[in-house]
Amino acid sequence: MGYALGITAAEFAVMLGLLMGLIAPVMVWVERRMCAMIQDRPGPNRLGPFGLFQPLADVFKFFFKEDLTPAAVDRPLYLIAPALALLPALTTFVVIPFGPPLEVAGREVDFTVAGTEAGVLLFLALASLGVYSLVVAGYASNNKFSLLGGIRASAQMISYELALTLTVLAALLPVGSFNLQEIVAWQREHVWMAAPQALGFLVFLVAAFAETNRLPFDLPEAESELVAGFHTEYSAFRFASFFTAEYVNMATLSALGVTLYFGGWSIPFVDPPETWWLAALYGVVGLFSKVALFLFLFVWVRWSFPRFRYDQLMRLGWKVLLPLALVNVIGVAAATLAGWL
Amino acid sequence: MELAVFALFALLALASALVVVTHRNPVYSTMSLVITLVSLAVLFVLLGAPFIAALQVLIYTGAILVLFLFVIMLLNIGREETGPSSKLSKVPALAAALIFGGMVALFSWRAFRDDALAPLTEEFVSLKALAGALFDRYLLVFELVGLLLLVAVIAATVLARRPRPGEMEPLEPRPEGEAGNAPHRETAP
Amino acid sequence: MTVPVSWYLLLAAALFAIGAAGALTRRNGITIFLSIELMLNSANLTLVAYSRLLEQHTGQLVVFFVLAVAAAEAAVGLALFIAVYRHRRTIDLNRINLLRW
Repeated sequence: MGYALGITAAEFAVMLGLLMGLIAPVMVWVERRMCAMIQDRPGPNRLGPFGLFQPLADVFKFFFKEDLTPAAVDRPLYLIAPALALLPALTTFVVIPFGPPLEVAGREVDFTVAGTEAGVLLFLALASLGVYSLVVAGYASNNKFSLLGGIRASAQMISYELALTLTVLAALLPVGSFNLQEIVAWQREHVWMAAPQALGFLVFLVAAFAETNRLPFDLPEAESELVAGFHTEYSAFRFASFFTAEYVNMATLSALGVTLYFGGWSIPFVDPPETWWLAALYGVVGLFSKVALFLFLFVWVRWSFPRFRYDQLMRLGWKVLLPLALVNVIGVAAATLAGWL
Repeated sequence: MELAVFALFALLALASALVVVTHRNPVYSTMSLVITLVSLAVLFVLLGAPFIAALQVLIYTGAILVLFLFVIMLLNIGREETGPSSKLSKVPALAAALIFGGMVALFSWRAFRDDALAPLTEEFVSLKALAGALFDRYLLVFELVGLLLLVAVIAATVLARRPRPGEMEPLEPRPEGEAGNAPHRETAP
Repeated sequence: MTVPVSWYLLLAAALFAIGAAGALTRRNGITIFLSIELMLNSANLTLVAYSRLLEQHTGQLVVFFVLAVAAAEAAVGLALFIAVYRHRRTIDLNRINLLRW
């Protein structure tokens, strides 16, 4: 039992390190350079070659900025909201497999931090806790704009969770298991799930944009409308927590999309090596290269499209995506029964 | 190990349940209920029901309590005021609750004090077994619950929508006269 | 050492008592509703504990249905609260007393 716990702890530490230490700073840099490229201007290029040290400077800034707490806020809730944002963001990644299941020194090593039989269900459960930080931050800030941002955010997230859950369900139907490692195995055997379920993948993509509060669905933090929405009253380190959580959420949902629809850690036509550290490397490279493509798409869409108005957003979630997701589920169920999938 | 996990989360559940019931601010009550439900979900995992635990977090804390918070903020429900006569009238209620809880505890203790639990098998925890029971013996109940949820959606939509003109008249002049007698205008969030 | 099932049942009884005390004592409608949800969850814990004791899945499935029923009840109950609030501008149950003696 001790060994299993140790391996899980090591995997969790690696995952946390990768997420917080690698993805968040890299995303800050990518976002600003890509935004600049799309807007036909240079972007940050002072700090290091191509502005690569910009995230470092941002981290320093956030650490040393004055930590303000407005006087009239609801203190306990105000202080807990950033932590509440990071908690689901950092823990949902535990069910994503990043390598093939192997036998190492006589023990089964499943390259997932918490590879339970309820994999996807656990992911959805933890991701649904992400709504609370928005709502609590909006309420605690004691401020009209933050409250509006918080209410809009909660309504948006629970509406799009429905479409997201239904498309995830449809992606599981041919495999017959919630375990993400088995989903990857099915895709290695048959075909990447995006091919037969293109509609489901599109709905998943749109719902993922809405779940992470990214443009075109970022009305809760609309920069030109609600001051800064639910995180108006937050500065310095707490604000950094919120947008780190947002980037990590993007990465996690991208990883789920890659695992469900694009084969997860597997690289097509290349078999995973036998030694455990080579296999881990193979898996991590395979997974994160695809996740990187998704994140590139997230940033690209953000700087290309206008923002949805709130009623348009809700109408899209309930009247367009939900029926499409239902049609997708029924179609996939029929195809699975007929033996085509 | 299992004892430590149980003790930690059982105490957490009890403490946050007390906060739910006693705190004056409904937002704090709701957040404490979130903690209670997540602790109960951990206890479900200990009892060999990981899927029910995940469903509890997903449905209860992820949707129902968010709905609670949404309504609290929409209606701007503030802290509860305590009136002069409230202290004494609480005693019979508390006594009734304690007596009932005590009776249940006594019967449970007497009945199962010495029962040893068989160890958890892979088969019991598996999804196949649970789903087999759900869609085999309880298929009718499953379908009826779906119908119930449909009815609830329709009812909630009808009850909570803005009243059409002429649909809801005020019953009598408001006793406090706080906002005058004009019909209350709702602004969209 | 495995935790004996009676401990789970005692915890459930305690949670139920706390929930009942809250539902009977508070004036704020939302808090009463939360106490009722607490009672429902203590029943869920009892059902899962019995399911474990008797090595059957029926208890877990009843919890599944209780979750769905609780969701339906919460939706309709909160819609009722919104409707009542529109009318009476308060959630204090001591003031919503037109049907009392």
